[in-house]
Order: sequence, then C-alpha cells, then structure tokens
Amino acid sequence: MITDTLKISRRSFVIGTAAVGGGLALGLHLPLGGRAVRAQDGSPEINAWVVIRPDDTVVIRIARSEMGQGTLTGLAQMVAEELECDWAKVTTEYPTPGASVKRQRAWGDFGTGGSRGIRASHEYVRKGGATARTMLIQAAADAWGVPASECRAANSVITHGRSGRTTTYGKVAAAAAQLTPPADVALKDPQDWKLIGKSVKRLDTMNKLTGAQVYGADLKLPGMLNAAIKDCPVFGGKVKSFEAATVRGMPGVRHVVQVGDAAVAVVAETWWQAKTALDALPIVWDEGPNARVSSATIADMLQAGLDADEAFVANQNGDVKAAIAGAAKTVEAVYAYPFLNHAPMEPMNATALYTADRCEVWAPTQNGEAAFAATLEASGLPADQCEVYKLHIGGGFGRRVTQQDYVTQAVLIAKQIPGTPVKLLWSREEDMTHGRYHPVTQCKLVGAFDANNTLIGLHMRIAGQSILSAVRPEALQQGRDPVVFQGLNPSGEFAIGYSVPNLLIDHAMRNTHVPPGFWRGVNINQNAIYLECFIDELAHAAGQDALEFRRTLMRQHPKHLAVLEAVAERAGWGTPAPQGVYRGLAQMMAFNSYVAACAEISVTDGNKVKVHRIIGATDPGYAVNPAQIERQISGSFVYGLSALFLEECTVKDGRIVQENFHTFDSMRIAQMPKVESIIMPSGGVWGGVGEPTICVAAPAVLNAFFNATGRRLRSVPLKNHGIQLV
Amino acid sequence: MVRLTINGSSIDVNVDPSTPLLWAIREQVGLTGTKYGCGMALCGACTVHVDGQAVRSCMMPVSAAEGTQITTIEGLAAGGVLHKVQQAWLDHDVPQCGYCQAGMIMAVAALLKDKPQPTDADIDATITNICRCGTFQQVREAIHAAARA
Repeated sequence: MITDTLKISRRSFVIGTAAVGGGLALGLHLPLGGRAVRAQDGSPEINAWVVIRPDDTVVIRIARSEMGQGTLTGLAQMVAEELECDWAKVTTEYPTPGASVKRQRAWGDFGTGGSRGIRASHEYVRKGGATARTMLIQAAADAWGVPASECRAANSVITHGRSGRTTTYGKVAAAAAQLTPPADVALKDPQDWKLIGKSVKRLDTMNKLTGAQVYGADLKLPGMLNAAIKDCPVFGGKVKSFEAATVRGMPGVRHVVQVGDAAVAVVAETWWQAKTALDALPIVWDEGPNARVSSATIADMLQAGLDADEAFVANQNGDVKAAIAGAAKTVEAVYAYPFLNHAPMEPMNATALYTADRCEVWAPTQNGEAAFAATLEASGLPADQCEVYKLHIGGGFGRRVTQQDYVTQAVLIAKQIPGTPVKLLWSREEDMTHGRYHPVTQCKLVGAFDANNTLIGLHMRIAGQSILSAVRPEALQQGRDPVVFQGLNPSGEFAIGYSVPNLLIDHAMRNTHVPPGFWRGVNINQNAIYLECFIDELAHAAGQDALEFRRTLMRQHPKHLAVLEAVAERAGWGTPAPQGVYRGLAQMMAFNSYVAACAEISVTDGNKVKVHRIIGATDPGYAVNPAQIERQISGSFVYGLSALFLEECTVKDGRIVQENFHTFDSMRIAQMPKVESIIMPSGGVWGGVGEPTICVAAPAVLNAFFNATGRRLRSVPLKNHGIQLV
Repeated sequence: MVRLTINGSSIDVNVDPSTPLLWAIREQVGLTGTKYGCGMALCGACTVHVDGQAVRSCMMPVSAAEGTQITTIEGLAAGGVLHKVQQAWLDHDVPQCGYCQAGMIMAVAALLKDKPQPTDADIDATITNICRCGTFQQVREAIHAAARA
C-alpha cells in the first residue's frame, strides 16, 4: 500500500486509511534505535510518541484531533501513565500526516470520528509510553553500569534502588534515543493505573481563555491573501458564468477565480473585502435537474420505501411476517427524522500555499490523513511534496472527518496563485447551505402481541439515505450500508438491547442529491428515537410500565439493562415525581458503550416544554477522565436536544433553505436542563465517549412528553408541532 | 481611516467605515481572539466590550466604534492576572472546543459588572451565546463561582 518511495497514489492511500478506519489494529513501526531522530526543536525523540527536552519537559505526540471532546488530554494521560513521567511537565504536539507517511505511518490512524480517538489507539499509545520508559531506564542503568532491572522510574525520575542514585528523564533522554527499542513491553494492569481514570484538568484550556488559541480561521502567514467562496446552491449544479470585471476594482480584490466546476471565489487582501466583493459578483449557475427536488419530493420517496418489497436486512430472527399475521394485536407507527447541519461554531476553512513542486495546507481537520489525501489529489503532487499542518478545531461533530471539501477548495484556489498563501473561510451561510448533512430517514414499526399481551414480533423498516453510498461506496456490504443500523445490530459495538422472538430490522435505501455525512452519533440519533419511543408505545399498548416492559425484553442484555436500571434508580422511577413533572426513559448501545437516560420534564399550555433534569448513564468499559466524560454527556445532550426541538434543514428548489442560526437555531443556557451523570465502567472492552450519550436524551424527553400529555410526537424537530423548548 | 481605542491603545485602521468592527479587530488590528460565528449578531462569538457594555461586534460598523473604549478578550486580563471570569473558567475546565468561549467570557464579564451576584434567571436572560459543544452546565457553575470570587 504505502511504499518506501512515497510516490503513493491517492487511491492506495485512501484504501489504506479506510482499512484502518474499519478497526484494524495497526502494525506500528516505531522508529529504529540509533537513528537519533530529533524533534523540531532539536530535543531527542525517544520514539514516535515521546520527546523529552533537557529541562525534563515531556512532549507527547497526539495523532488524533482535539475538537473539544478531550481526546488530546485523554491520550496524553494514556502515554504518561506508562511513561511514569511528571504530569505537570507534559505538553503535547500534533505530528504531521506527511511525516507519518514518511515513517511508514508511525502514528497510525489520524481519523477522529466514530468516538474512536482513544478506544482505537489505547493499546499502541500506552505501548509508546512503556517503550520510552524502558529505554530511559536502560539509558540511566547503562550510565551507572548497573542492571536496568534494579532501576525504577516515577515522576520523570529514575532511581537505582541499591545505591539510591537518581537522575531525570531530561538528563538521559539523548542517550535513550540512541537505544534499540525493546521488542515488546508489558502494559500495566488497569488496577495499577494512577493517571488513567483520574479527572485531571484539560491540557488545552488556558489559551482558550485569553484569545491566544489559534484556530484554523485565525491563521496568519506572511503575504497571505484571504478567500471567500460560493458553491452552486443546488448540489450537483455547476458554474455557468460569472462577471469578474464587475468586482475586480473593489477595495482589496486581487483575484476572482473559478474553483472546480461548481464554485467561484474572490481572493482579496482581507476576508471582509473578499466577502463583500463576492456578494456583489454576478454568477450564473447551471443548476441542473436537482433544482426540482424539494423536501416534499424527498419525503414521498422515503415513504414509498417504508412498504417496498426489497430491503437490506441487518437483524433477523424468527418469522416476523407470520408473527404479525397471526397476532392477537398489532401496533404500528411511522417516525421521521430530517437533514441536519453540523453548524460547528467555526465555519469551514483551510489555508494553502502552492508552488510548482510543493503544496502545504493548514487546516482544522478531524482527519489529518484525509486532508493529506485531499491535498495530494487537488495539487496533483506526490506525497513527498505535500504536507498538512493540523490547526485547532472550533467544533467538528463529524463535518471535518471524512469529507475534506474545504481543503480541496483551498488547494484549487492556491494553485491559481502560486507562491501566495491563501486562507479560505466560508461564511456561515456557505457553511449552512453546503454541509454534509445528517441523513434523512423515515421508519415504520410494527409490533405484534399474542393473546397474553406478550410481544412476539417486531418489524422495523427504515427508509432513507446511506452515508457510505456517498462517501465510501467500497465499504458497502453487497450494497448494504451497515452504518444505517447503528444500535440495531444483533451483536457487536452497536448491538440492540432487546430480544424479540420474531424480529426483522431492514433498510430500503433511498438516496437523495443532498450529500450526507457523519454527524455526532449519526444514525443512533434517529434509531434511538424510533426504537425507544416505539418500545414505549408497545409498553403502553400492553398496559405495562415502560421499565418493567423493557426488563422482560432485556433479560439477555445485562449491560444494556444495567445503565437503564441505574438512571431509573437515580430518578426514583416508580415513585411519584414532583408536581407537574413527568419522566421518560431510553437506552442504547453505541460505539461499544452502553448508555441510558431518564428525562424529567413539565409541559405548560400544552406546548411549552421545560426539561428540568436528565440523568445520563454510560458504561464505556474504561473511563480515562471521568470529568471529561461528564462534560461529553451534558454537551451531547445539548447537541441532541437542539436537534430534537429546533433544527432541520429543508430543501426547496434543490437547495438548503436554512442559512444561519435564526432559522437553524441552537439551545441556549436558559434551556439547559440539569444533567446528572452516572459513569459506570465495567471493564473488558473500550467504548467511545464523545457520541454515544447523544442519542438517549431525545427519546427520553419524547417519552416523558407522552407521559405528560398523552401525545406521541413522531417527527423531528418538535417546533414543527408547535412545541417550544423553554 | 478610523481611529479605534482597543485594550487601551489607539490604532488607526484603514478600512471602509461600514466594515464590521469584528473584521477590523481581526484583520486590521490582528487580534483574532474575537471570533466570527454568524455575522448576524445571533451567536455571540464576536462579543467585545464597547465602553463597558457587551456588544456583538459583527454587526457594528467600525465607524460607530470610533471614540469608544473597546476591550477584547486579549485585553480582559489586567497586568497579567486573569480576570475572575477567566479564572473561574480555568478552575471549572469550562471550554470544550473553545471557539465560542471568548465571546461567552466577555458576555459574562459584562454581566458581572452590572450584576455582581446574578441569579440563574439573570444568567438565562443575559447570556444568550450559542455553544455547540454544549458547555452550558459548566458555564453556569463557573459564573456563580466567579460571582463568589
């Protein structure tokens, strides 16, 4: 795949990274000893993960991207745990994807999506720390002429037990860097962890408080120009013509360029000048046939899929059709979930500098290697003539992980102005209307009861978009998109928590011209609403308590049940709620973590919903930094509830209607419920944290709303039902 | 040419007077702690203090800021000591991605100047900044901590 000559093709590179994205454990190639690899500041690199400066500062390399989720601090904790270094001396840096490729992917996967940042790299980064510790101890032992087995390290200090001599990591780092790394190292037993599992403060806070943190949008390079861009408002459309002469004389304007076949950019001295000129630039679009598509035509297409004969099956046992046909009673419901934009606070941006033999990109990206691949393709240059420098991200949520369209655009602009760095920044309007949207789906559910009021059958038919069809068709399984079924599979890291004797969960794929993308949790958001609200409907139809009904179906799923029981117990499920307050439950398994929520809400005037409290529980296997997990739980609830109540992207004349936060709103502090977190790691497996809990807030609130009003709300957002979040 | 007073220093900026204050601060003055989020005064990422009041700088023409005292996030800490809001943010590990936090901190600093002991209702009514990471629970805790400081 990746050759020593570095003349890799984009295709082989992407396939290589895709294989890793599928969860393949990487064969890492730690740099050989004796090479004296040095960090940029000249300090010796012990291995790919650890640099130690003479003043004992420990620089830990982080390949994954920090976008607020705390991965940077968590991964540093993992390395430092095994390194036995002084945590107060730890700092971090991002390696570059180009350097990684040159070193046979020394840092493995850079992808930061699917809640994989820690769970997919925990072993090799801990080994990186343990290997470095072993080499540092060896270097000290060599200097003292004693066996390494007589030496111990703690807090960046190495001690020879018998003589009591001590030295520090900084003093032996240069010698350690010359050693051959040990072939294998043992990792600590989790019960011996001192730093993993501790709620240490984040390493990246201070600069965010003073304005010093440089995000992608803040980058300044000498001689840099600024670009504003307009892509064809209809996805799939093209530029027909534009009148550059109209704006060339405007203040600061330097270039007006076409970008690919679908976009036009104005490049000016400042971004405000570029945007002002772009707004004045006459552009004629060839909108193409997609201009006839609307939300209504898409909804009709999805609806037809609900009863289509052919569908991809993900989870099947028994004979659901026979069960439904022979049922004493059936319950049926149709749910729907819309397109959603990610709307990260920092709009898409990237900076590129192109010359005939080199292309460099600075970008806030969730996947440095994907940005690197996009740079290769757009520049037409080989890997050894390209580099990507990751910058801090002002919110990702999946928008910046797979599709690197903003990188491609920046390179295509810079290519037309060789030798001049160009920073491309999207306006909020461009960001809202050219997202890679949460896929649109509908779901029809049918439940079948026998004469004893026992659930004997469940058919869940999803109709709608497939992300993989759009972004990674080679990952489809005989046409089936496994990502559609997150939380609904018979086993694995997205396993359903219910056993029903006759079960069928299938997907009628109905793709649209609106480009889909990964979106925090993606399909667990609607799958949890579909499944958990319908299970509530079934419990109601059976005349049973929502928790008791679930317990019966969850007997074979103890970890799913444990988190549900935990939130129910904390909330006092089964005991009276405060006057006017109603409760609702939901649970799911996603990204190898088990999650549940109990929401407490009140409803006034039939439509004003106050969410008072949500108890959220997660079992992520291991909890690296509980304080950060709490923040991911409460933060994910904000993202999930904003979508539930306030957000949708609708389509008119082939384009997205919502252009800014006045029509695509987001929760404010006044609407924030009190969130109580229960973190209950049960060990054995590593689950994700950034995404899983997002999916349980919405169904828990919807089930509480039914308990409060007797109304089932089956489509999102609730604003379309006249519901206000207060 | 417009003369601005930012963080106590006078700076002449050569821009069209209709240019939003946000972009003059970011592109002419070069202080990038103040963020662009929406350009419509909806999200609050661009919040600065103009004569002590919290203002969303993306909708204020630079001409209207002439003759005022402007404080940005870079000027909030006095003499190298963090403002009590920044300190509370540090103590409570508030920021996630952090992009909205400069605006959030500036809005809270202005609130505490007006109401040194704000109630939750005061906070709800005044702090309307968008945070997509969803730091609101920590923001509320840190505001009360800063009020106690």
